[in-house]
Amino acid sequence: MRAPAGERAIDGEVGLRDGGRRPSGWLRASLTVVVKDLRAELRTKEALNASLAFSIVVLLLFSFAFEPSVEETRALGGGLLWLVFAFAGVLILNRSFARELPNDCLDGLLASPLSPAALYAGKAVANFLLLMAVELVGLAVFGVFYNAAWTGRFWPLMGVVAMGTWAMTAVGTLFSALTVNLRLRELMLPLLVYPLLVPALLAAIQLTGPLALGQPFASDMIVWLRLLAAFDVIFTALALALIDAVLVG
Amino acid sequence: MNVIELDDVWKFYGDFPALRQISLRVEAGSCLALLGRNGAGKTTLLRILAGLSREGRGRVRVLGGSPRRQQARASIGVLGHGLSLYDELSALENLTLFGRLYNLKEPLRRARQWLERTGLSSVANARVRDFSRGMRQRLAIARAFLHEPELLLLDEPFTALDDLAVGVLQDLLRQARNEGRTTVISTHQVREALELASDVALLVRGRLAFQGERTGEMLEDPGWLYRRYGEAA
Amino acid sequence: MREKVIIVLSGLAALVLAHNLYVMLLVLPDEAAQGAIFRIIFFHVPAAWTALLGFLAAAVASAFYLARKNLRYDAFAVAVTETALAFAAANLATGMIWGRIIWGIWWTWDPRLTSMLVCWLLYAGYLMLRRAVEDPTQRARIAAVFSIFACVDVPIVFFSIRWWRTQHPQPVVWGGGSMDPAYWNMLFANWAPLLLLGAALAAIRMRQEEQQRRLEALRRQAHAW
Repeated sequence: MRAPAGERAIDGEVGLRDGGRRPSGWLRASLTVVVKDLRAELRTKEALNASLAFSIVVLLLFSFAFEPSVEETRALGGGLLWLVFAFAGVLILNRSFARELPNDCLDGLLASPLSPAALYAGKAVANFLLLMAVELVGLAVFGVFYNAAWTGRFWPLMGVVAMGTWAMTAVGTLFSALTVNLRLRELMLPLLVYPLLVPALLAAIQLTGPLALGQPFASDMIVWLRLLAAFDVIFTALALALIDAVLVG
Repeated sequence: MNVIELDDVWKFYGDFPALRQISLRVEAGSCLALLGRNGAGKTTLLRILAGLSREGRGRVRVLGGSPRRQQARASIGVLGHGLSLYDELSALENLTLFGRLYNLKEPLRRARQWLERTGLSSVANARVRDFSRGMRQRLAIARAFLHEPELLLLDEPFTALDDLAVGVLQDLLRQARNEGRTTVISTHQVREALELASDVALLVRGRLAFQGERTGEMLEDPGWLYRRYGEAA
Repeated sequence: MREKVIIVLSGLAALVLAHNLYVMLLVLPDEAAQGAIFRIIFFHVPAAWTALLGFLAAAVASAFYLARKNLRYDAFAVAVTETALAFAAANLATGMIWGRIIWGIWWTWDPRLTSMLVCWLLYAGYLMLRRAVEDPTQRARIAAVFSIFACVDVPIVFFSIRWWRTQHPQPVVWGGGSMDPAYWNMLFANWAPLLLLGAALAAIRMRQEEQQRRLEALRRQAHAW
């Protein structure tokens, strides 16, 4: 089957020349997509800047509007943070597949050996990394303006934020693909995704509340952790299963 | 040996049949000119061959199996209307990206080779955003040929090409023909495409009105085919 | 043939409903704690069951569509989803009325009602999604994927909101649990006419959807060729 380029391989079937190729790898292909998306976003920084600016502004506005005391911050902190993360996240997610529209780049990707699942995984990971970066900045701002000792329980907080962010990006990236060719795409994505994310956001909010102030959460909160983990697993699996149907019509 | 085999293929948009009863054979090494008016279904057919779209009914065999298979896609080169180039990346980055996606062993080296072949070495590190239209076309051609595909699918490639790009493309297509690769070019009866073609197929309202060898007569008077088999020119 | 089915279903629904209303209003005694208004439960709860069943049926049809690519399944999915949305709205409305009468407030963040609200928003999104796609084949495909996602989410939504409310209790519209057997029987007995009505509505909508699709194809053919 392998023949030097330029010579015809005769194989009974149509001879497929090996144009100097290596065996394909799902992981490597995904990684190529991650790097491509990150590089493209870091060059233009459109979604990133919008996202960062939005987070900071909303956090500030909220503190002006409500001047929360320590008890109030404790009660509302989780909800506030995740609302900010959710809205900022949509700005990044909208861009995700939309960046493939100019010049029909999506067709170029789909016509290549890249599997739709690898494309989805690569974009989801890129979105995850971008959103985590925005959220870290958001947490820092939150810490400063709300006097919240969020580094108190740093690793548990990071764990919860990562799981919640993955829920958003796993679902949001699929929906970015789903809505890419639609009218009013920027509006449709959040309208569809937010109700879907209610369980994950609820869990993340409950868990982040105490953690963002450096406090541990109560033992009966473990169920939220399980819910978030289950949500992540179920919807990632579902997205991987259905991405092909979404992208190839 | 047939690189493409279509049997009674239909494509629906809702209940509207964009393609009807398409049965087509394309032999290895041939060059098929796919003719038809706007809306006849040329792009729809090419997208199915490229694995970008699924047929509604019928059997599609490209390179021995479904065009959606990875092995098939690895050996197909596609040049569509949109050129599929990333504006924010440089010419070299674009080609290296696709080189990696096509699992080439040395994507960087191959990318540089093709930049040279298409006369774009001097702008290798410039962003595609800053390219002229002709430069973009040449880069897109490089992208389509980069992985030495067995089958080339070109959707109206000669439309709005500048002279330099036309020359580059014609050379590459002649070379592809000499190397035994197969090509399908959809076109609006453009002379350049008909010159290269060994076979011709005419799509009228989603149906294959004619399929056969490209004759001298067609080359002399491209409208002949339409008058004979399609609606009035 | 389809018309006959619709007429029969509607007729049966009307008959059973009439019978149930008679039993509800004249035979069954008032509920001890909540009085006459408690009878609203015979519509409130079965409406929820019908809606949830509809969402499930739509997801199953959507999965079939993705597998078989027959647009019939898509017509079924949208018809059933719209009908389910109507029943969900009925569930919300009756719940709010009940809450207003019993507790004096329109909305109490009751877990079931809140979950149903989220589901309603989710599936309203399904309808909006369909509106945003021109091509019927693409519309069917995209809507099918969404329908499956939404249906998988429904039980998770119910569970998460219930747990949330367990941790922060609020007044509850209907706690569930023990109830007079006669009431339980009527609950199920009244589900039947609602299901029949739902089936009739879905059948009407499905026929309308298929005719619409044929019309679109003819229109496109006329313009394109």
